[in-house]
Amino acid sequence: MGKKNLFSLLVLGIMVMILPLVISNPYYLSILIFVGIYSLITIGLSLLMGYAGQISLGQAAFFGIGAYTSGILSTKFSLSPWLALIIAIFVTGGIAFLIGTPALRLKGHYLAMATLAFGQIIFIILNEEIAYTGGPSGFGQIPYFKLGNFVFNSDFRYYYFVWSIVLVVLIFSLNLIHSRVGRALRSIHGSEIAANVLGVNTAKYKIQVFVLSAIYASIAGTLYAHFVTFLSPGTFSFSFSIALLTMVVIGGMDSIWGAIMGTALLTILLEFLRIFHDYDILIYGGVLLLIMIFLPEGVFKGLFNLIYKGNFPKNRLIKKSLESRR
Amino acid sequence: MSLGNQLLQYLFTGITIGSIYGMVALGFNIIYNSTGIINLAQGEFVMLGGMITIFLTTVVKLPLFLSFFLSVLLVTLIGAIFERLAIHPLKSPSVITLIIITIAGSILFKGGAMFLWGKETFTLPSFSGEKPIFVLGAIILPQTLWILGIMGGVVLLLIFFFSFTRAGKAMKACAVNRRAANLVGINVKLMVLFSFALSAAIGAVAGIIITPIALMDYDRGTMLAIKGFCAAVLGGLGSNAGAVIAGFLIGITESLGAGFISSGYKDAIALVVLLAVLFFRPGGILGNKEHT
Amino acid sequence: MSPILEVVALRKEFGGVRALDGVSFKVNQHQIKAIIGPNGAGKTTLFNIISGLYFPTSGLIKFENREITGLKPHLITKRGICRTFQNIQIFKNMTVLENVMVGRHCRTRCEFLSTLMKLKRARYEEESILAFSQKILSFVGLKDRAFESVSNLTIQEQKLLEIARALATEPKLLLLDEPAAGLSIRETECIAELISRIRERGITILLVEHDMNVVMEISDEVIVLNSGRVLAEGAPREIQNNKEVIAVYLGEG
Repeated sequence: MGKKNLFSLLVLGIMVMILPLVISNPYYLSILIFVGIYSLITIGLSLLMGYAGQISLGQAAFFGIGAYTSGILSTKFSLSPWLALIIAIFVTGGIAFLIGTPALRLKGHYLAMATLAFGQIIFIILNEEIAYTGGPSGFGQIPYFKLGNFVFNSDFRYYYFVWSIVLVVLIFSLNLIHSRVGRALRSIHGSEIAANVLGVNTAKYKIQVFVLSAIYASIAGTLYAHFVTFLSPGTFSFSFSIALLTMVVIGGMDSIWGAIMGTALLTILLEFLRIFHDYDILIYGGVLLLIMIFLPEGVFKGLFNLIYKGNFPKNRLIKKSLESRR
Repeated sequence: MSLGNQLLQYLFTGITIGSIYGMVALGFNIIYNSTGIINLAQGEFVMLGGMITIFLTTVVKLPLFLSFFLSVLLVTLIGAIFERLAIHPLKSPSVITLIIITIAGSILFKGGAMFLWGKETFTLPSFSGEKPIFVLGAIILPQTLWILGIMGGVVLLLIFFFSFTRAGKAMKACAVNRRAANLVGINVKLMVLFSFALSAAIGAVAGIIITPIALMDYDRGTMLAIKGFCAAVLGGLGSNAGAVIAGFLIGITESLGAGFISSGYKDAIALVVLLAVLFFRPGGILGNKEHT
Repeated sequence: MSPILEVVALRKEFGGVRALDGVSFKVNQHQIKAIIGPNGAGKTTLFNIISGLYFPTSGLIKFENREITGLKPHLITKRGICRTFQNIQIFKNMTVLENVMVGRHCRTRCEFLSTLMKLKRARYEEESILAFSQKILSFVGLKDRAFESVSNLTIQEQKLLEIARALATEPKLLLLDEPAAGLSIRETECIAELISRIRERGITILLVEHDMNVVMEISDEVIVLNSGRVLAEGAPREIQNNKEVIAVYLGEG
């Protein structure tokens, strides 16, 4: 994984541990919980877009499928949230597999439109299947997660719960990137034909990473449902897919660290800009446009490059880890 | 109403709305042909056309006729400015970059419209009265005739433009082979600007003529774009005749589906058609342009 | 010697246009065989079919006496055929070393779950991929550039990298599509020398090349393609004196 990633993980871990002890305001704590939940989705989206080079404009739909599946199962069928979480993962993963198999044969604009259309169909279903979803007004009283007698009913408890999952997912994803599979994914982004000819089953890996990103979104959806305890379709609309896209783009598409930072930045920014609440799409649009034109590598790396003018060689990491081994 | 009458009524409704989808598809084609870009902000031009006309007639109190032209002009300008500011500065952008940029443009327009005019739904008066015409027991609104007439006019103008004007022929050359067009001295970058302006104009016209029937609000663009894209793909991306015919097909399918199956799932019908076409016949069923 | 590759009556049509019109030939083990021919003769189409990127209209391809016609490209690579591209297709989003490491993909097996959790198996495998890839990089002479971004490489180095990447798949048959195109005379000599060294490792080579000096110098046998058909086949010297071949080349330019 490289020393730098280990160090960053350590810093993040310590920050995650300490923050709730410093921040006593429960409102701020709940924002950090949302940052964690959304980070799960954007880590997946970064793997899909930044590493494998495949776009999805329907990621909010997988978030929604995860949230509604586990919400409905635990509320209307009284299943344990843990079991609901597992079932939701399988349902979302299954749907992603079914939709991804034909969709990922498409490239560029076609894939974008197909995922967009898929997202809209799910959104319509959430609105129309009133018997299960409560329709446009949604449904509530979703139970909390429980471990024995320990109920995750306070923000403080849920914060640690969510962020432990984020850390695990992050470690998994970092492992993935720096592996045979991760290189295969990046080679698809680099040149799909060459990847194929070098023995990478590109069709298989594209579907697998698509399903993985859907599963991350599904876990996020379940965590969201049992935190907010109320679901309505508005949360899972096209504009949330765009918000997720913006978060990934802000951080630089080809970095999962960037995805987390972008998520934190945009989520916190929007909370502080509450006055603009209704006009958040103006912010997404403006931010996306400016970054894509002026800082296509993302805010952090882009600014770094602008300031120091030099190229930051990513591969110093590998080089150093090799040298240290000698 | 008998089943036959009902069927005819759905057919008329489908043709009306289908002509709008066809026009959105034409907009997609024009930009796609000269740049290879799918402009995901296409639906927003339609929305802006409608909203600006509403603003000009109700707030500025200009006559409808004048508002129509002023609004088309303004949206054309917006399209051109969008190209200059967002597309033009890019040096060999990747497809993902282009998708994100046109998406960003789209929600920026949407947000701007919401900022200016709020979330309400607005309407325009029909161009020539509301008195319905009865045909075999089904109703045709006079506005429908306007829509079909104006659409016909737009198609004729486009044919004229692409076959007889210098700019039109140059754009056609770009569609066939951009690099070759550049080599024979066509200013390809300028043609990109033209194509954005032209498809913004067509979008605006579509938005204005549909508003008296379908109403308009800031949030209409995305759905119109998807359905227009559906028509463009069904007709074979890049084929203008295909776009118009496919627009009607989708409009009619949607209207029949809404009438006989479920009105709640009306919007889902075109989406399912789009997915089916993309998954099984990405080259379209009418045209045969190769897909990327 | 038994043939490693056998192409039988291969045809490929693109919407009525015949790119290949009944091509048959054999490549023997440990040979360097060159395919030459004017532009549009069907050389690259032939490579695309052998490597599985195109599906032939008819005909068959046998590799080590087993039919591979129509197999997916990644499976063909696994059988032991790899190729380079005329228009260089290196992975620009990776370093030189990582490019070569992708080549090890088909000889290793850790999948999503074991790499996600970084099981012991995945760690060992990663070490072996790294070691092998570095060995290949030294073989082609790019060892010092291992950790650089590929955008720093010259055209020649990019071509070397493509070859290194293909070698990392441990091919038995290597297809080289115009390895000398765009190179200076000295660089071309360097590539020719590398090709001979690759053969010494026991790898059979089939190459498409326009530079006649290279072709005549290193290849054991030459096939001439013209309008999708085999015009002539034989030792370099025979081909040089073949009247039909001369006519095609002179007629063209």
